[in-house]
Parts: sequence; structure tokens; C-alpha cells
Amino acid sequence: MSGLEQVSAIRLQGITKRFGPVVANDGINLEVERGQILSLLGENGSGKTTLMNMISGIYFPDDGEIFVGGRKVTIRSPKDAFDLGIGMIHQHFKLVDVFTAAENIVLGLDGKGKFDKKAVAAKVREISERYGFDIDPDKKIYDMSVSEKQTVEIVKVLYRGADILILDEPTAVLTPQETDKLFAVLRNMKADGKAIVIITHKLHEVMAISDKVAVLRKGKYIGTVNTAETNPQALTEMMVGRAVSLNIDRPEAKYRDLRLEVKGLTCRSLEGVKTLDDVGFQAFGGEILGIAGIAGSGQKELLEAIAGLQKAETGSVLYYPPHPNSEIAGYHVPVDRNGEELLGKTPSQIQKIGVNLSFVPEDRLGMGLVGSMGMVDNMMLKTYKEHKGPMVDRKPPKALAQRLIQELEIVTPGVSTPVRRLSGGNVQKVLVGREIDSNPTVLMTAYPVRGLDINSSYTIYRLLNEQKMKGVAVVLVGEDLDVLLELCDRILVLCGGKVSGIVDGRTATKEEVGLYMTRVGGGKEEA
Amino acid sequence: MHTSEHKTPLIRLAKREQMSPAAQWGIRIAAILLALVVGGLVIAISGSNPIAGYKTIVVGSLGKTSAFRQTVKNFIPLLGTALAIAPCFKMRFWNIGAEGQITAGAMCATYFALFWADQLPKVPLLLVMFVAGAIGGGLWALIPAFFKAKWGTNETLFTLMMNYIIIGFVKYLQGGPWEKMPRGSQQIAQFDSNACLPKVGGVYCGWIIVLILVFLMFWYMKYTKQGYEIAVVGESENTARYAGMNVPFIIMRTMFISGAISGVVGFMLASGANNTLYDGVAAGVGFTAITVAWLAQLNPFAMVGISAILAILEKGADSLQTEMQVPASISDIITGVLLFFMLGCEFFINYRLIFAGSGKKQENKKEVGA
Repeated sequence: MSGLEQVSAIRLQGITKRFGPVVANDGINLEVERGQILSLLGENGSGKTTLMNMISGIYFPDDGEIFVGGRKVTIRSPKDAFDLGIGMIHQHFKLVDVFTAAENIVLGLDGKGKFDKKAVAAKVREISERYGFDIDPDKKIYDMSVSEKQTVEIVKVLYRGADILILDEPTAVLTPQETDKLFAVLRNMKADGKAIVIITHKLHEVMAISDKVAVLRKGKYIGTVNTAETNPQALTEMMVGRAVSLNIDRPEAKYRDLRLEVKGLTCRSLEGVKTLDDVGFQAFGGEILGIAGIAGSGQKELLEAIAGLQKAETGSVLYYPPHPNSEIAGYHVPVDRNGEELLGKTPSQIQKIGVNLSFVPEDRLGMGLVGSMGMVDNMMLKTYKEHKGPMVDRKPPKALAQRLIQELEIVTPGVSTPVRRLSGGNVQKVLVGREIDSNPTVLMTAYPVRGLDINSSYTIYRLLNEQKMKGVAVVLVGEDLDVLLELCDRILVLCGGKVSGIVDGRTATKEEVGLYMTRVGGGKEEA
Repeated sequence: MHTSEHKTPLIRLAKREQMSPAAQWGIRIAAILLALVVGGLVIAISGSNPIAGYKTIVVGSLGKTSAFRQTVKNFIPLLGTALAIAPCFKMRFWNIGAEGQITAGAMCATYFALFWADQLPKVPLLLVMFVAGAIGGGLWALIPAFFKAKWGTNETLFTLMMNYIIIGFVKYLQGGPWEKMPRGSQQIAQFDSNACLPKVGGVYCGWIIVLILVFLMFWYMKYTKQGYEIAVVGESENTARYAGMNVPFIIMRTMFISGAISGVVGFMLASGANNTLYDGVAAGVGFTAITVAWLAQLNPFAMVGISAILAILEKGADSLQTEMQVPASISDIITGVLLFFMLGCEFFINYRLIFAGSGKKQENKKEVGA
């Protein structure tokens, strides 16, 4: 080997990993050099995280070889990975809340003697200065914002001498401004000769930060391209396997009438902390109202309070029936035309009025669906009581399940296969399909495309638009600001349980929404 | 000491793809056979011929009419109680208080057997005792369910503690107000024949009742709205609330039903098996039934088979002791070995082991979903 030839920081050859019948990684080759940022791009379920977990010692490959600095290695545990200078920053932080940043950083190191706070703090500051981090070693984790916690995770890995860093979807929890800061730090680390792998499915971030892009599709390695020589459209084609249009429709509905009026809504968590603080807004039929905000700003509580699943302390939620000329008029129980109060009603009463919550919580199967049951049993979750007598009638839900499979192209071995065994996109279609079938007048949905491939995501957008055109008031909690800005008519921004702004989706910019996301309403920390 | 010198781990686990039912039952049968081999070793160590030992167990439990009847008597409460706790376990409500619920049911039924036997004819009296047993067991189960539903107390500890209370109370009745005359025996009098369940085929008719219950429970869990609600609550309380279900009510209702069935088992034990009440009326059935329910994976029909196996072993142990002088505890060991293998084989149904250097595995590459 000539001295000029660059030795790769890490090289994978023919890595294969199977989970039962599913081949998560199929003969993957990958190479990262020092002083380089590689984006690992692929749709959910394409095997990105599995692959990185094998490098960081969480999984063990069934087949294939890993080379670090040109030498073949066997990585059996996260400790082995650390010894090789590989550090992974996971999507979910692994920090001890009551410890300070410095304490978390040295946690688990085999230091001799006693814990020298000053030396640790000094080294943490030195690392921070070198790469441009903003971190206070003595601050407790519970006092930190999400982006600060992420910083601690990164410093923790650097402190241990990692020179190969893997970041799993690091921007998923950040505002646009915080993302820019993170990228500046990553560029500094790259200049310092670190090898960085960043897992993502956001194309504009790939273009902004990386030198090379490696694309995975359904567990297979598709190829690596130089970022400078490609564009989002070409990357999407590599990722999906064919050309797709990346434009989202935003049609105008015929009727736009007031449907929900929320006034002074305040909720408290079990610990007594205000999760919603004097929230007020209006939602209209024939409109998609987006709800943006950093994770945990009160989105979940807001939807649950409207759906009757969460007790509100004060406030009111008034419901107005749909426009008499619209398609959805008169489907549901008659209510007061001058505003029917929803607070204080039970979830089933609220559903009968036509307010449907197609809630998709973090663990997707946690609330809207029963994972161990098949589609048929899931279809009747809200309607099983309508049949008279003590028995359940599985005929109508079975017919509905079969219709949804046809209409939404749901891939499942059968109507009684447990929905847990379906892929994320299909689970989502099952859930949204069921909610839409009940002809709602208000359709609330949270993160409906999280974990979905591009094709399924566009199916969901289309379904939401169809509902809007029928005159339904659609409330959509989303995390991808680009999508919210393309799809929604108006966007409400929550920050610390307060409404920090409501903007027009047609004219607002991402930066504007980003600023509202961190505008302090309740005295929470500023990033 | 660098990582590159490490060898591939010797044994690794991998999740299996769904096995065919035939292969699953193959593994289960192999596990039972293996358990019998190990159990045979135990018999051999204790100084007897294993084959003769097994023969004694089978002949001693099924060979003679009287032995067979005793086996059925062991079988009835085991199956009945396993059926009783099935809905609770389906709901992930860990009711380990069946022991107490049986005792409570037996106690309430006994009240009528002792004090109403001369005032009511046989059939109405037995019906009243049946209902009293069901209500007694149901209410006893309702107490922990109420606390769980209202304040989220830990049902495992609560139901367990409730056992000791009711068993202690029956002990008090036995030596106090309900003690038979003349006093001093610490026993309750034998029931009037009016209060004893009639025999069918030489065994009290409880076996008919539990077999009917098998079908009822299967139907209840699979085809009724309440069964559906139980399954949803068991999977996720959040989902149940989201679907508009009244979760506290469902918890209490299910526990009442479960306790009521246990209470009926108690009534049958007192009225049919013992013709009297004593503090050990449940005799550990409430705990063994948990094993039965789990092994059967809450399937009522599988419970019939498993209860039968355990009942045979229990009766066979007596014969082993009397005919071969093998201590009855050896039979307990065999039961334990059997349970260990049967539970352990579920692991091999779900996972497979990969040994280092065992070469490539041929894999089935079908995928579910897109």
C-alpha cells in the first residue's frame, strides 16, 4: 500500500443480519474515511439502524466482516466498539436525569481513585471549545433542553476518545435553528479528522451536511454517491427504487366553517405540572390545521383533552356541526348549533358526535390498535357495542377490513394476521382507514407518517386531503416542518404547553415556525 | 488485549420464524418424553425400576375404577379453577387469590348446608348453595379488583393476602361458631345428605359442571363482547380507554366472574368432594391452576388435557408410595421436571440457538408487509 492511499476509518464487507424470516441487512458494503461525513439514507425499515447497531456492538452480524483502520475486527459488545473508538449517539438518550453533564460523561468509565470533578470539567470544556459546543458541565440533565441533552451524549462519546461517530436521526428532535448548530459542530469534528456517519431520511439535510451518501433499500445496499454530484430527486429514486413526485397537494375546500373552538384550555400532568396552559384556537371544516412544536410541548395532551381521554382543569372546547350543504352534514347525533361543549363528555360520547382521534402515539400500537389482534378485531374496536346482544358480530368489521385492504393497498397475509406483524405503513393505513370509515367531522391525527415509506406517506396525505375536501376539520400533529408547510392551511405552534403562534401555511417560512417553537411561553429553558 | 483477537461468541440466540403447528407440537411432545426420561432417572436413583414406576403411576391412577374416580376428583377442581382464572390472566390481572376465592365460595355454600338443609328440599338447596358459592367467591375477588380499579393497588400481593384472611376465618368458624356438637373436635359437621351433590358415574356431578364450563368459557372469551373487552384491556388499557371502554368496570366485572367460578369450585369441593368444610378445602388447587392455565396458554380445551395429566400424576404418586415404597415427594419432583420441560420447550419454539462455526443457515426469505 502506498502512503498516499487513504486507509478507511471503517469498512464493512458483506454484512448480513436476519431476524427470523426477515433479512434486515443483506450483504452490505460500506466505507467511511477520516475527515468525512457519510449520510446513511434509506426509508424506515431499510436496515440503517440495524447496520449501525452492528458496528456499535449491540447486534452481532450473521455474516460479513468489519475492518477498523484497515484491520479486521470482531465487535461483540458496546465495550468492544468503544475500545475501537466507535461511538454511537442513539435517538433515545441514555442519561441519568439527576446527574450533572460531567457526571453523566464519566459514568461507567473505569477511572482510578476518586472522581476529580475539576479535571473532568476542564476536559469537557476543552472538547467543547475545540468543536464549538455550548455546554455547562455542572448543569443537571433534568434542567436541560433536548438539544442540550444531545450535546451531552456527543461530548460523552468524544470524551471516551471516539473518532468514529454514528448519529441515529439526530435532527428528529431538534428545531431548525438547533439543527444548524449541530451541523456546525459536525463540520468542526470533520475538520479535526473524525469519521462521521449520520442516519437520516431527510433529504435536504443529507444535501446540506454530507460528503457522501450511502443508500439502503429493503436491507440491500444500493450504492454510494458523492453529495456534490447528486440531487434530492435522484436520491429519492435510489431510496424508493423508482421515480416519485415529491410535491404535496394543497387543494381549496368548498366550505370552510367553524368546527371547533378551544378556549382557555389548561391541563395538568399527574405531577401537577401544567401540560397545557390557556390554549385557545379555532379549527375549521375544510381545512388542515397543523400543530408544530418540539416533542413534548403539549401536542399529545391537546388531542387527548379534545377527545375526552384527558381531564382538563379549565377551559372549554365548543363543537359546531358541519355546514348543512357539505357532504358530511347530518351523519352524527344532533348537537347544539350554537356550540356544543365537549369537555366533560366521555370518549364514546365525543366519538358519536363525530370527533375522531386517530392517535398514533410514539409506539404506534399503544393506543389506536391492539397489536396482537387481527384487522377484523381491530376494525370493531370502537363499534363492537353497536351490535345488539351479548355476542360480537364479526361480519361488518370483516367486510370493512377486506374493503380497506383493497382500497388502501394494505399488504397483509390475511384479515386475522395480528397487526403487530404488519409493516409500519400498513399499520398506519389500517388505523387511519378505520377512523375515516366512521365518517368523522373532526379528524385528529398525530405523526401519521412517522416511520412510513415515501409511498405510504403520500397515500396518507391524499387521504387527509380527501377528508378536508369533504368538509372535515383535520387536525394534524406533525414533526417534519417541510411537510406541514406544504400540506397545512394553517399551522399552530405549541411551546411549553402554550400557543406561541398561529401562521398561514401558504406564506410562513420554516425559520418563522422554528422561532415560535422555542419562543418561551411558560418559562422553560431556551436553547 | 485487542478486540480483534476475540472469537465469535460460542452460542447466540436468534428469533425463529413462525413454526408450523405440527413442528410446535413435535417439540412439545419431545419435551414431555425427555421429561419422562429425566423423571425415570429420579425414580431409578431412589432405587426402583423406572418403567415399573411409570406403570404404577398409570395403573394406580387409571387402572381401577376406584382409582380412576379419585383421579377425576383431583381433576375437577383443577380444571374448574384454571377456567376461573383464565379471563383474569387474559386481562393481565394476576389473580393468585383463587385459593381464597374457592374458600370463600365454599364457606358461603356451607352456611346454607348447615342451617337451611332441613328447610329446603334437595334441588333448591343445592341451587341456593351454588349461587351462594358463586356470590361469595365473586365478592371476595371483587375487593382487590375494586382497589386495583380505583387506586391502582398491586393485585398480586392483594389477592395473595386475601387468601390468608379467608382461610384464617374458616379456621375460626371451624373451631368456634360452626364447630360440630359436642365441641372439641375443631371440625364442622358432615353435611346433611340433602346438601351433598349427587353422584354421576360414581363421582359427584362436578365433572359435568366443569366440562360444560369449558365450552362456556371458550365461547365467552372468543365470541362475546365482554371477552373482546377483556382481550383489549389486557393488551393495553390506553387502547381500551380510547375505544370508549369503562376500564375500572371491566376489571371489576371480570374479577367477579373469575371469583364466582372459583366460588362454585369451592361449593363443589365442600358439597361434592368433602361433604363438609375445613380450612384446607382448596388444598393448593388455586396455585396449581395457575400453572395449568399458563401451560394451556389460556385455551380452555388445552386446560382439560393438562389438568388430566396433573391429576393422574397426583393420584399416581399415592400408588407409587403405597405399592413401591417410593416417597410421594418423588412424584412431586417428576411433576416439577415435567412442568420445567413443558415451559422450557416454549423457548425453543420461539428461538433457535446458533453455535459458532456451525456454517450458514438456509433461510426462508419471505417477508411480511411492504
